[in-house]
Amino acid sequence: MSGGSGKNLNLKLKVWRQKGPKDSGAFVEYDAPKVSEDSSFLEMLDQINDRLVLKNEEPISFDHDCREGICGSCGFMINGNAHGPMKNTTVCQLHMRNFKDGETILMEPWRATAFPVIKDLMVDRSAFDRIISAGGYISVDTGNAADANATPIPKPDADAAFSAATCIGCGACVASCKNASAMLFTSAKVSHLALLPQGKVERHERVDHMVAQMDAEGFGACTSTGTCSASCPKGISLANIAMMNRELLASAVMKREAAAGDGI
Amino acid sequence: MAAAPARPFFLSTIGKKYLMALTGLVWAGFVLSHMAGNMLILVSANLYNAYGHAIVSNKPLLFVAETVLILSIVVHVTMAIMLTLENRQARPQKYAMTPNGAKGSSLASRTMAIQGSLILAFVILHITTFKYGTYYETTVDGVVMRDLHRLVIEVFHQPGYVAWYVLCLLLLGFHLSHGVGSIFQSLGLRGDNVAHKIKKVSLAYGFIVAAGFLSQPIYVFFFNS
Repeated sequence: MSGGSGKNLNLKLKVWRQKGPKDSGAFVEYDAPKVSEDSSFLEMLDQINDRLVLKNEEPISFDHDCREGICGSCGFMINGNAHGPMKNTTVCQLHMRNFKDGETILMEPWRATAFPVIKDLMVDRSAFDRIISAGGYISVDTGNAADANATPIPKPDADAAFSAATCIGCGACVASCKNASAMLFTSAKVSHLALLPQGKVERHERVDHMVAQMDAEGFGACTSTGTCSASCPKGISLANIAMMNRELLASAVMKREAAAGDGI
Repeated sequence: MAAAPARPFFLSTIGKKYLMALTGLVWAGFVLSHMAGNMLILVSANLYNAYGHAIVSNKPLLFVAETVLILSIVVHVTMAIMLTLENRQARPQKYAMTPNGAKGSSLASRTMAIQGSLILAFVILHITTFKYGTYYETTVDGVVMRDLHRLVIEVFHQPGYVAWYVLCLLLLGFHLSHGVGSIFQSLGLRGDNVAHKIKKVSLAYGFIVAAGFLSQPIYVFFFNS
């Protein structure tokens, strides 16, 4: 396959190295010679790691899986920006052509109380899983799939729900927020489900429990700076946060408790 | 970690932001009307004094307005302190490089707490200087009333006070330029279709309030002798 520029870059890397959760960690400098402009950021790190292994040194740990920008596994700060300088791009989809020859690239893990560092550039994002477990689902009886057209959904609602559903849970929103807030992530799930007829049934309980879990995990509040949305590889909108705020208020004033004795 | 139990609305981060927004709205509305009323200083001393007299003569209105304003600022400051502490705990370890460009946050949003602290100090000093300042008397159309105009003119001829006043009002404008837009977001009233307009309204609001207030000491200091 052709089409690449074929040019190489000589870079310097400053990478956060931390042996484990309890290690204090520090930046370590590495030379990255002859990096193809056509390689992805993670391929560049693979090359560095190959050399480190050959020198019997510990390779740099980082999360990755699909390398297609859809799984949400990868992600760290590159020169202060979550997922690097490009908008709507995950680290795995970031290409080295976006960097200049001779540049020093600084890499550090997502930093948040709720995202403790596991090792090097890897952080523990299970706080997100617990927020989902708290209510980010629809309880449905299993059975045959209903006919797609049997449940009408207004097109604007379907579009907004789809946009919110593109969240891959990478954590860039938390990482880039000055308050390490998880509002964009949580709100994407809340509005995705609350916009759809199947999700409306549990909308009050869902937002109550997801927000409570989000707070309990130690994420900060929203200051409406918009850095989360700007850093989001899927461009999730701040409008979701506004919707979550409305949902929580609606739950506070409208939620009904189930009557004792099955309401009889 | 076990699932966290749902909490009362105002104990959640979102509930606290609702309180921030509602109390911020009260003060945003107040500073705009305060600025607009005080523009009378550019018109005439008598009109300015009569305006002040009309306000303090309406005791029930004054009581309600002052109570709402005091409660609002107490809640606003309390929520600000609680949220700021929570936000700092959420990221104890700072980044070596902070997000920049499109992925960075605005200076106004990053410094809301510092601006707020200075504005609070200003508000306290401002009330001490004027509301509880020297009491001069004058007569307008046969009615004896406080000559607040004279006190204001005296104070606005002190260079140090004018400089501090200008600094704090610029900060107030800056605070509003981020705060007014955030009110819409926190109250859940910012959709994608209006987000751009809200940003403009917020900037304009901060600019208009600051420019209006600043015109008063600057006019007095340079042109009213």
